[in-house]
Amino acid sequence: MNGAQAVLKALEREGVQVVFGHPGGAIMPVYDALYDSPIRHVLVRHEQAGTHMADAFYRASGKVGVVFATSGPGATNTVTGLATAYMDSSAVVAITGNVPSTLIGTDAFQEADIYGITGPVTKHNYLVRHVNELPKIIKEAFHIAATGRPGPVLIDIPKDVQLAPFTGSWDVPIDLPGYRPTVTGHSGQIRKAAEAIRQAKRPILIVGGGGQAAAEQVSDFAEHTNLPVITTLMGIGAYPAGAPNHLGMPGMHGTVTANRAITNCDLIIGAGLRFDDRVTGKVSRFAPNATIVHIDIDPAEISKLVKAHIPVVGDLSDVLPRLAELLPPLDIASWWTQLREWKTKYPERYKKDKPLVSQEVIELLREATGGDCIVTTEVGQHQMFAARLFPTSRPRTWLSSGGLGTMGFGFPAAIGAALARPGELVVCIAGDGSFQMNVQELATLYKHQLPVIVAICNNGVLGMVRQWQEMFHAQRYSEVYLADSNPDFAKLAEAYGIAGYNVFDREEAKRLVPEVVAKRQPAVINFVVYESEKVFPMIPAGAGVDEMIIGDQEPDPSEVRMSMEPVAVGERA
Amino acid sequence: MTHRHVMSVTVQDKPGVLVRIASLFARRGYNIESLSVAQSELPGISRTTFVVTGEEHTLEQVQKQLYKLIDVIKVIDHSEAAFIDRELMLIKVAIKAPEDRVEVRQVAQDFRARIVDVHRQALIFEVTGDEGKLEAFIEQMRPFGILELIRTGRVALTRSAADPKAVGHFAKVA
Repeated sequence: MNGAQAVLKALEREGVQVVFGHPGGAIMPVYDALYDSPIRHVLVRHEQAGTHMADAFYRASGKVGVVFATSGPGATNTVTGLATAYMDSSAVVAITGNVPSTLIGTDAFQEADIYGITGPVTKHNYLVRHVNELPKIIKEAFHIAATGRPGPVLIDIPKDVQLAPFTGSWDVPIDLPGYRPTVTGHSGQIRKAAEAIRQAKRPILIVGGGGQAAAEQVSDFAEHTNLPVITTLMGIGAYPAGAPNHLGMPGMHGTVTANRAITNCDLIIGAGLRFDDRVTGKVSRFAPNATIVHIDIDPAEISKLVKAHIPVVGDLSDVLPRLAELLPPLDIASWWTQLREWKTKYPERYKKDKPLVSQEVIELLREATGGDCIVTTEVGQHQMFAARLFPTSRPRTWLSSGGLGTMGFGFPAAIGAALARPGELVVCIAGDGSFQMNVQELATLYKHQLPVIVAICNNGVLGMVRQWQEMFHAQRYSEVYLADSNPDFAKLAEAYGIAGYNVFDREEAKRLVPEVVAKRQPAVINFVVYESEKVFPMIPAGAGVDEMIIGDQEPDPSEVRMSMEPVAVGERA
Repeated sequence: MTHRHVMSVTVQDKPGVLVRIASLFARRGYNIESLSVAQSELPGISRTTFVVTGEEHTLEQVQKQLYKLIDVIKVIDHSEAAFIDRELMLIKVAIKAPEDRVEVRQVAQDFRARIVDVHRQALIFEVTGDEGKLEAFIEQMRPFGILELIRTGRVALTRSAADPKAVGHFAKVA
C-alpha cells in the first residue's frame, strides 16, 4: 500500500461515500488509488465549485464534505470555497496534492504554498511530511472539521508522500491537547440566563446557523417557553418558517417585525449566531435596552461584537433543553399583542403593477414545490427575496453563502445538496450575474442527472449593486449592466443537454413552473424580471436597526420612501 | 483605555506554528510590540511570549482567538498574576575619547551589564533585565553614541511554583 492508497482507506474508515474533485499532476497517485476504491467521485469542472459542493454536502447532511484538488492552480481554486465554508462554519476536508517534497520551495511547476495560503481561511491545515502520518492526520482532520464549531480543514500531500510505501499503524488515537471544544454549558451560567429570561417582559430568541444541528431542541425550547423566534439567514430552517412564533429574518433586509422586535425587546437569547454586522447594523443602536444572553459553542464569538451580559459557552442541543427545564411557559401576552400587530400590518408584499418581478418567481416555486424541497441561493437581491419568501421549514434545507457572500455558491451547492440527500428536489434561486460565476457545472449536473432546478431571476443587472447605486450613489450605475452581453440561458442549458426555458411574462411563468417542478429533472428556467425592483426593508450600511427604510413593505404606498440621502462613498458596507 | 499586557502561549512545536500566531495577529489587527519563541522545559512544547497593547476588549479577543488555533495549548495573561519578566539586549556603544571608556564602563558596572566585545572605538555590552532597566541603560548610553542594538523581546513566567492548570495540560502531553 502506498500513501495514496492509505488516503483512500482512511477516507473509507471515516465513512466517506462521495468525494468532489478534479485531478492534476500532483494528485495523480490519489486518483490512481481512487480507480480501485468504492468511493464515488464527482468530477467537477472547477475546484471552487467542487469545494462549494463539498460544503453544501455537509450543510445538507451533517456529514463532512470532501474535495480533491491538485497543486498550484487546483489548490488555489479551492480558496474561495474554503473561505465560504469557514465563514459559515461548514465541515469540509480538502485534500490537495503538492509537488514532491524535494521541490517544495523551488517555484516548481504548479507549486503554490497552499498550506500558507489557506491558514487564515481554514479551521486547521496540514502539510504531510511523512507517509505514516496519514492515518493520524486524516482522522484528526475529520474530527476537527466536524466537532465544536465546524469548519474546513485542508491536508496538503506532496506527491512523493503519496507514492511512498505505507508502513504505519491504523490504530492512532486523536491527541490534540490544544483542542477541546466546550459542549456542556456551565450550570451557573444557565441558571443566570434562566433567571434573566424569567424576569424579561419582552424577550426574543434569535437562532443562527448553529441551530441547524439542534433544530429539535430549538423548536422544543420555543414551544415550551412561548418565545418569539427570529432566524438569521444561516438559521433558516432551524425553526419552521411560518410557525406561529416565527417573526422572520433580522437585519439589513430583515422583516419589519423582526427588526422592530430587536429594537424594542428587553432580552435577546442569541443561540448559535455571531451577531454579524448584517444582523446588527450599527452595534450601538442594536437592541439598546436588551440583556444579551449569548449561547455559542465558540467562546471567541462571545462579546466579539455585541457585549454578552450572560454568556453560555456550549452546544445548543445541550444548553437549550437544560435552560427550558428551569423555565415556566413565559407570561408575555402583551409583548405578543404588540408583535402580532406588527406581523399583521407588515406581511410580505410586493406590487405587480409592472413586468414580472423576482418575488413572484420565488413564490411560484414555493407554491409548486409545496415547500418540500431544498433551496439554495446565489448572492444578491434574489437571495434576500428567497430568504423572505421561500424560507424552508426543515433544518439543513436552506443553503446560502451568508458570511462570505460568495456569488457562484448556489448552483454547485445545489448539486452537492442533491448528492447529499438523494431523492429530494433542489431549487437553486439564482441571479443572472451569480449563475455565470460557476455556470460550467451544468456539465456536472448533466452527467449526474440530479433533480436540480435553477431559477434565474434575470433582471439584466447586478441587482444589489444597482440598488445601492440607485439609493446611495446618485443613480450612477457603474458597471452593473449585464443584459447587453448575457447569453441565451435556455440555449446555454440545452448546449449542455439540460432542459432550458426562457420566460418573459407572468402568464408563462405561472404555466411553466408547476410543469417543470413536476418533472424533477435538471432544468434551467431563465425568468426575465423587472430591472429596477429593490429589496425592502433595508437598513443602510452603517445605520442602526431602528433606521430601517420600510420602502415598499409599507401598507400605504403613499408613505413609501424609496431612497435615502447619499452616504459618504467609502463608508464601510 | 489602552493596556499593555505580557502574555505567554504554550504551543505544540509543529512546523509553521509561529506563522499561525503571527498571521492571526496581523489579520485581526492586533498590535504586538515584541514576540519571542523557544523550546519549553517539555519536549514537543514551545513557549511564546509577546507584549500586546489594546483595549481590554481587544486583549480578551487576543486570548480567545489564540485558543482557536489548534496547536495552542494554553494562553497565560501575565497581568492576571504576579510575574517575572526579562529581556536580553546586546548594545554597541561608541568610544570616541579615552575618558568615555572609563565612564561607560562605570555606568555598565552599575547596571551589571557585561562587556562581551572590546574594540578601540566601541564596546559591546550584554544587559539583562526588565524593560525599565534596559530602557534606562539605553538612555545612559545615548550621549556616548549607540552604534547598534538588538533586543530579544520579553520573556515571562508567572510567580509561584507552577501554574496548576498548565501542568495538567502538560501532563497529558508528556
